[in-house]
Amino acid sequence: MTVTEDAPAATKEVGKDRRRKEDQRLITGRTKWTDNIQLTGMLHAAMVRSPFAHARITSIDTSEAKAAPNVVAVLTGADLGEGQGVCINAWPITPDQKAPNHLPMPSDRVAFAGEIVAVVIARSAAEARDAAELVDVDYDELPAALDLREAAEDKVLAHPDLGTNKSALWVFDSGQAGTGGDVEEAITKARSDGIVIEREFRQQRLIPAFMEPRSVVVDPTGEQVTMWSATQIPHILRFALAATTGVPESKIRVIAPDVGGGFGGKLQTTPEEWIIWAVARRLGKPVKYTETRSESLMSGHHGRDQWQKLTMAATKDGTLTGFKVELLADLGAYVAIVGGGVPVLGAFMFNAIYKIPAYHFACQTVLTNKTWTDAYRGAGRPEATFGVERMMDELAAELGMDPLELREKNWIKHEEFPFTTVAGLEYDSGNYEAATDKAKEIFGYDELRAEQQRRRDSNDPVQLGIGISTFTEMCGLAPSRVLGSLDYGAGGWEHASVRMLATGTVEVVTGASPHGQGHETAWSQIVADRLGVPFENVEVLHGDTQISHRGLDTYGSRSLVVGGEALIKAADKVVEKARPIAAHLLEASVDDLEFKDGTFNVKGTDKGMGITEVALATFAAHNLPDGVEPSLDSDATYDPVNFSFPHGTHLCAVEIDTETGGLKMRKYTCVDDIGNIVNPLIVAGQVHGGLVQGIAQALWEEAVHDDAGTLVSASFVDYLVPTAADTISFDVAHTTSPSLTNTLGTKGVGEAGTIASTPAVVNAVVDAIRHFGVTDVRMPCTPERIYKAIHARDGGAPTEGAAAAHFDAQDTADRTDGAS
Amino acid sequence: MIPAQFDYVAPSTVEEALAALAEAGDEGKIIAGGQSLLPVLRMRLNAPEKVIDLGRIDALRGVRDDGDAIVIGAMTSHADVLSNALVRDNAFVITKAVEQLADPQVRHRGTFGGALAHADPAGDLGAPALALDAEFVIAGQGGSRTVAADDFFVDLFTTAIEDGEILTEVRIPKRAGWGAHYEKFVRVAHQWPIVAVAAAVKVDGGTISEARVGLTNMGSTPLRARSVEQALVGRPATDEAVRAAAASAGEGTNPPSDLNGDADYRKHLATVLTRRAVLAAAGG
Ligand SMILES: Cc1cc2nc3c(=O)[nH]c(=O)nc-3n(C[C@H](O)[C@H](O)[C@H](O)COP(=O)(O)OP(=O)(O)OC[C@H]3O[C@@H](n4cnc5c(N)ncnc54)[C@H](O)[C@@H]3O)c2cc1C
Repeated sequence: MTVTEDAPAATKEVGKDRRRKEDQRLITGRTKWTDNIQLTGMLHAAMVRSPFAHARITSIDTSEAKAAPNVVAVLTGADLGEGQGVCINAWPITPDQKAPNHLPMPSDRVAFAGEIVAVVIARSAAEARDAAELVDVDYDELPAALDLREAAEDKVLAHPDLGTNKSALWVFDSGQAGTGGDVEEAITKARSDGIVIEREFRQQRLIPAFMEPRSVVVDPTGEQVTMWSATQIPHILRFALAATTGVPESKIRVIAPDVGGGFGGKLQTTPEEWIIWAVARRLGKPVKYTETRSESLMSGHHGRDQWQKLTMAATKDGTLTGFKVELLADLGAYVAIVGGGVPVLGAFMFNAIYKIPAYHFACQTVLTNKTWTDAYRGAGRPEATFGVERMMDELAAELGMDPLELREKNWIKHEEFPFTTVAGLEYDSGNYEAATDKAKEIFGYDELRAEQQRRRDSNDPVQLGIGISTFTEMCGLAPSRVLGSLDYGAGGWEHASVRMLATGTVEVVTGASPHGQGHETAWSQIVADRLGVPFENVEVLHGDTQISHRGLDTYGSRSLVVGGEALIKAADKVVEKARPIAAHLLEASVDDLEFKDGTFNVKGTDKGMGITEVALATFAAHNLPDGVEPSLDSDATYDPVNFSFPHGTHLCAVEIDTETGGLKMRKYTCVDDIGNIVNPLIVAGQVHGGLVQGIAQALWEEAVHDDAGTLVSASFVDYLVPTAADTISFDVAHTTSPSLTNTLGTKGVGEAGTIASTPAVVNAVVDAIRHFGVTDVRMPCTPERIYKAIHARDGGAPTEGAAAAHFDAQDTADRTDGAS
Repeated sequence: MIPAQFDYVAPSTVEEALAALAEAGDEGKIIAGGQSLLPVLRMRLNAPEKVIDLGRIDALRGVRDDGDAIVIGAMTSHADVLSNALVRDNAFVITKAVEQLADPQVRHRGTFGGALAHADPAGDLGAPALALDAEFVIAGQGGSRTVAADDFFVDLFTTAIEDGEILTEVRIPKRAGWGAHYEKFVRVAHQWPIVAVAAAVKVDGGTISEARVGLTNMGSTPLRARSVEQALVGRPATDEAVRAAAASAGEGTNPPSDLNGDADYRKHLATVLTRRAVLAAAGG
């Protein structure tokens, strides 16, 4: 028993802009990625993929490949048979949803270009690749359903056996749900005495384009079969392997080592994982497969891909009276793990921050012969936010109102929180006025509007546009009860445990699975404050089901608001377990102890004891109170009571060169209210990255298939992922309305930037050239589309007609012939 | 991405390289910086049996002064061209083009000769080479020959370099006292041009006395915009005059259509970029 005189940790860790403790190893690569795992006797796999979007497999000749040097096996879907399991859809959005059976490796028919038809296993990756070229597959091409709108008409079937391409129709109607009025009534009324705006917007298909390609290693040689995978979802992966391959869950260990990005692209359970699982178990040897970038772009799931038909009704003074949303969403060839659910998340977000009296949302999911789609940063909410924020600008233009004024007229006032929306969600907190005021000031809104007017008046070849996005989003997925009501196949809780080590350091285990977000730093900060231990003394463990046995992983901006709350509850339990032991050792009553900055003090005395001392004493267990177990370690599983609702005001100014359609971003200001901030530096990183990803949808990225269903933007030459050289310096600021649904008052930030920025940019583009009669420019807003919108009013022209890749097989073969 | 297997040699003289190339016949392939060849090999769009690396031939690297011309060795990296004072002083349009070519990483690996031999119609160096009347020195087993820029670019990815030959250096007549500009239009920073225009002009007392304009990505090879050049000579270097002359920049061209724009849009861009390039060149 010592009198502790340690200076109390004066400054709190939470709120400090700590440099991320994981970055040195991540950035230098001196860590374990799946692809640098080496096991004794490990074999390597290469995939043979279909070049056709839709075809019957008539024969597969593997004999030449089998005879190639150091090839161990060549296996087809027929060889693997039932044992390969199946890729699951965890969220059937309606009871009658139609979904094709998704075998990891089909043996009879391929449904998209890039689907796997055979796997080659050899002693080296190079030999496997060489032999894969020798597998001879005969196909009978079938007509392919490619265009989303045409596919919805069922003229050509993506899966003939299903009899239709229409997978599910999911509807929410405020009149029926009792959360609002009848939208048809509102629209009819507005047609006679108000204003109705009708638009169709295209949400183009995007590719997550994470930095580390997907990779998987399976080692079948232990009592538990171990899978390492570059995944966001090790726990769900384990569950799905058990559920579909017949191996007991207790016999499966899944490890997500350090993972290099995901953006939703790694929340899939993939054919590649299932195939390597089956092959390794069949051969009894460890097997590794790492995809190439081309394979990643072609066959990793894509995101977005919707047509949005939107009808907005308002009175002549700009008061919203109804909003009707009709979506067509492209699932691609299969219903991915949450494929159908992603657009449905939009149902709760199209009403955004506005008080809309009547609301209708209908989403028709459609199967096509293209790469499957699923979550991509924002998942359903960026699409919705784009739709509503574009419509608000269109309505403002129609009314001749300032678009910010129109928004203010219709948004939920800060004194109206908590507010139940027309979609049935309860927004706990927010202050749209404060964020908007701050954003306007930083941005210099009034001056830029004046400059815009000057440029218009002088007919300047360079026109200025100002775009607005006052977004909110729902994240922190998710209250399990809500997920249950939506027929989602799992809960939304998260788990954490805290282990007090004898020598004074702390191990924290989280069920969230970081893949670049900085969990280790933020979790350390939280625990350091909660337990009063130094930041450096906290070790955060994750991603291995042997260590982190419970968890629901990382997506939907959930890790901090759900996983962080579990962590707080676990840490608090440690303190409560330590309290009686400390009281016993201090010979004081439990009630006389107060815990502050890591020390139990006896009130009104100078006696105290550090929690790490209690941990050591508990380890020794020589002198514990009767009946107290010798452990401080604690667990908590937290199920959120609500979503988290970050919001913000984003303002973007762009200059448009009307002679070329060229675009230059002039200024981007965002003021986000994400509640209390644990680490401002991590937040800034999330906001910057998020903004760029959303801006990229507005301006640069699009997955384009040609008429045959081949992905044209199949390399980074044609799929334009921006670099730092393409962006400007953003003004990032915050207002704070702490969340009322978690202890720290935090809200999610992982997707906010992406959700908000896309409409801000497109609104700016349209605003710059609206006086030429332009009401929309299709994304990505290429200079060509902008130019044509100005000069031929044709900003909606698709680029698919002119689809040609820089690395075209024919051309590039020629090039190398010609040059030497 | 793993290329098919190949043999690799790295000779230290041009003669050895030519011999290796002759020996390999159809199956031989030269590698310079590898920035265009390696992606092709890795995507298995080509699978030569022998790759002959010019990287160790010191004689092919560097820029030298040769009286009325400067000479750029084929293996000089883009980065070295960019920082070279001889190039800057005598062929500024090349400096401007290389400045915007790819990213620093690629510029340190990729070579001047490799880019020209590769003859990607979207490559940034062809139009400046044409505009400057560059001469290409090509070595074969029977000795060296010189090809004028106008005859060098034959077609898409095809040049006057025959099987078994190596491009050794490029001679560029000096044009001190000329103004030059390279106007490149892209969607993202590190991108091949959608369209680009290389302009070099000589202005005497406010009047354009000589003009050379090269177009990038306006056909299967880089092109000279001769009608524009002719229209410029003798005209004042004013916006109005240059605008009129530049209006014909798209005439007779056959640009591609792709995700970045269709042929008509490119023709339109060519006129705008030509005007801007010429005005900038005349102003500098
Ligand atoms: C990411 C990226 C971005 C790029 N962006 C641009 C851009 O914006 N603008 C642009 O112009 N280019 C761009 N490039 C291409 C770049 O300029 C390459 O360096 C160039 O095209 C090829 O040069 P290299 O030295 O790498 O040649 P290699 O790739 O080694 O060779 C290319 C071809 O030329 C042949 N060859 C090379 N040298 C000789 C020789 N001396 N004699 C005969 N044949 C020869 C080879 O056999 C091969 O067929 C980019 C490349 C990359 C990877």
